[in-house]
Amino acid sequence: MKADPRGVLTGEHFIDGDHACCEGALAAGARFAAGYPITPSTEVVERFAARVPTVGGTFIQMEDELAASITLQGGVWAGAKAFTVTSGPGFSLMMEHIGYAAMTETPCVFVDVQRGGPSTGLPTLPAQADMMQARWGSHGDYAVIALCPNSPQECFDLTIKAFNLSEEFRVPVMFMMDEVVGHMTEKVVIPPADQIEIVPRKHTKESVEEFQPYKTNGDLVPEIAHAGEGYRFHVTGLTHDERGYPNMTPQTQDKLVRRLQNKITSAADRIAMFEEAHLKDADVVVVSYGITSRVAQRAIDTAREQGLRVGKLRLITAWPFPEKKIRQLAGRVKAFVVPELNLGQMALEVERAAAGRAKTFSLTHAGGGVHRPEDILKVIVEASR
Amino acid sequence: MQLTEIRIAGFGGQGVILSAMVLGKAASIFEKGYATVTQNFGPEARGGACSAQLIISDAPVAYPYVTQPDIMVVMSQEAYNRFAPELKDGGTLIVEQDLVRVTGLDKKKEIKVYGIPATRIAEGLGKKMVLNSVMVGFFTALTGLLDPDAVRKAVADSVPSNFRELNLQAFDKGFECGSTAAPDNVEAQLEAETVTEG
Amino acid sequence: MSTDLNTDLLNNDLLNTDLPDDDLVNPVEPFLRTDRMPHIWCPGCGIGTTVNCFARALIESKIDLQSLALVSGIGCTGRVAGYVALDSFHTTHGRAIPFATGLKLANPKLNVVVYSGDGDLSAIGGNHLIHAARRNIDLKVICVNNLIYAMTGGQTAPTTPDHATTSTNPYGTFEPSFNLPHLVEAAGAVYVARWTTFHVRQLARAIGEAFQKKGFSFIEVISPCPTLYQRRNKLGDSLDTMKYYKAKSKVKNGAPTSEVGLTISGEIIVGKFVDRERPDYQSMMRAQYVDSLGDRFVEPMEAEVCS
Repeated sequence: MKADPRGVLTGEHFIDGDHACCEGALAAGARFAAGYPITPSTEVVERFAARVPTVGGTFIQMEDELAASITLQGGVWAGAKAFTVTSGPGFSLMMEHIGYAAMTETPCVFVDVQRGGPSTGLPTLPAQADMMQARWGSHGDYAVIALCPNSPQECFDLTIKAFNLSEEFRVPVMFMMDEVVGHMTEKVVIPPADQIEIVPRKHTKESVEEFQPYKTNGDLVPEIAHAGEGYRFHVTGLTHDERGYPNMTPQTQDKLVRRLQNKITSAADRIAMFEEAHLKDADVVVVSYGITSRVAQRAIDTAREQGLRVGKLRLITAWPFPEKKIRQLAGRVKAFVVPELNLGQMALEVERAAAGRAKTFSLTHAGGGVHRPEDILKVIVEASR
Repeated sequence: MQLTEIRIAGFGGQGVILSAMVLGKAASIFEKGYATVTQNFGPEARGGACSAQLIISDAPVAYPYVTQPDIMVVMSQEAYNRFAPELKDGGTLIVEQDLVRVTGLDKKKEIKVYGIPATRIAEGLGKKMVLNSVMVGFFTALTGLLDPDAVRKAVADSVPSNFRELNLQAFDKGFECGSTAAPDNVEAQLEAETVTEG
Repeated sequence: MSTDLNTDLLNNDLLNTDLPDDDLVNPVEPFLRTDRMPHIWCPGCGIGTTVNCFARALIESKIDLQSLALVSGIGCTGRVAGYVALDSFHTTHGRAIPFATGLKLANPKLNVVVYSGDGDLSAIGGNHLIHAARRNIDLKVICVNNLIYAMTGGQTAPTTPDHATTSTNPYGTFEPSFNLPHLVEAAGAVYVARWTTFHVRQLARAIGEAFQKKGFSFIEVISPCPTLYQRRNKLGDSLDTMKYYKAKSKVKNGAPTSEVGLTISGEIIVGKFVDRERPDYQSMMRAQYVDSLGDRFVEPMEAEVCS
């Protein structure tokens, strides 16, 4: 279906990534947000708070991130598309409810504008050190989707994508921005509503009598009903059967948890998005994401000017990790260079997928700034030898 | 519009960020170029050191930061002391001449220096707040980097409607000064301005 | 005013609904997920009694069940959501109120009930409790207060009264406890009542009254935990507790909530303490937007956005 034109601010705008993310959410149909202010993410909800009463929806500033991250899920079960926005310390507080969203299959979006950590860290400065937290932060086994925009335009485009994926797979989608992308201002083109594709909620067509909230039919994603529609269904964070009833047997646990994981892993190739260049002749591939991909771009350009055969693989989807792509490349390239604003997180995934068939150079940075292009270049040169 | 690195710096409340936004908007919305603005700010809401980086190009901008600015606009002594040494050889330095004393510039770098009493001009127009539009006008005339009409549109598009006229006047005033300004002639410029205002 | 416990529990006079001819069907059965019975609550636990009262209140108030959503947190009372045949949400520990807030704000037509325990609502969820009361979110909160963390094995709660023994205060508690009616009144609740599981008629009536209120309503139900609280504190079994409730309860409608704090074996002040009018969150929000935005304000849209 097409976007509701009321939420779409068609035109060319010169706005930062935080504002673009908000416009993406509105274009995607988000009409409910619960937030708690935290630098450098606050602009997203500030804009939403200003915009949403003129579009038809609700924003509430909650008392903390614990509340925000579950209030939005109440909104979803009442029928709204909903999201929340935070940064590291708040993202840590939200972990329990990311697990709840995964377990209850609540489609929603968590935006994390990453800043330096751990703890309060560097409130106004960038990092990309929540990448593993996005994947594994809540307890137990589950799967999520995580996207990494590298420009304000992508903050708009991929926020829509994030909502669409959350609806298609009924998972919480992590939108992993970073402070630089969040606060960087560039032109953002917002197309007309009829050019924006929206994935509608997978609402049940079953009768009240037949409906079972966690019964799957053909695929691994159950259909949903909303409160107030007469289905009188039950939702719980406890291990549950297809009726949604708590069931404490290992069999039910196994069936449920594997399905929660498999609905994402079995579709990983379809979900995985990346941007590639010069991979055909590459000896070395730079794997990067978010703001770092733009720093890497300069290093790649310089390296190629110097005659080095360097390719680019930019992760747009961080989770599920595009393992297959790395595996294929590992058979024919010498090395991967992985610069990131952390002490080596996605580099571990690259190394794992490469399985020893190509070397992985992890180019770490503790955050607070970005790499210098020349530092990436140096490692490219080293890796090319 | 080849790739040009610009740094604008001063203290909070001078419209440092807005100046960069206006120029970036002119380049990427009202002209067919590309622009990226990044900003650095501390925890202070007002009065702290403030700096914006603007990259303007005819191709998409990858690396969003200034490495060696081609053009620098400084509106405080602190900003001058901190950033002026970064300037590229042959680069352009634009200063708020009442707030910045240009000293210790490496002569060999052949930097072109232009000064304007933007704050005073803005006060003359009735609102100190519009000094950034004076600066933007001055910048536009001096550098020839952007189409003046595009920048004018960007000014109008970026300020609250009740201050639109005033900002456009400020822009025009700055532009006028810039059209006649000569480099390395801060004193002369100051006198010229005083005369104009009288 | 006193009621005979046993006859009251079986008394159908309260029900103005047509009962099935088959006398063996419990009138509250249609409100329960009978396929989930038996429930997990211990013999003598008071939670089932409160559910019975809740069901009776639903029958009496003739509320549209389709409009009703029930939200629980974690704990023994948190399991209520699993047993009622309503749209029901068993959320995370302490977060029933914010989840319920989301439901209510996204679909204002829903009647949203929060049904949870004292530990869930006033300890781990205490911050949400006071803020929801402050905002006056239109929620009906039923707080079953058994004075202890029961599900986890009898640990100290913020409500555990003076010197009671718990598994985490084996030598007796020494922290002062919360007086919940006082807390929520101070925070802004528009309806505050307390009853015990002995006062089944009054409790059912209070729940019915809360449905008539627009705003944050809070009903505290003092309830026995024979397994962990009464036993450990040598307060006898559940029947002894009912006798205690009967003997020591004093109905004081309109009592100042500052004077209704609980002690381990003293008087229990019960009654309707607060019943006042104050605009609820959504009315205030709408008024503010209309005032500030005028024609630009667009009413929040309904749920069909997504389906």
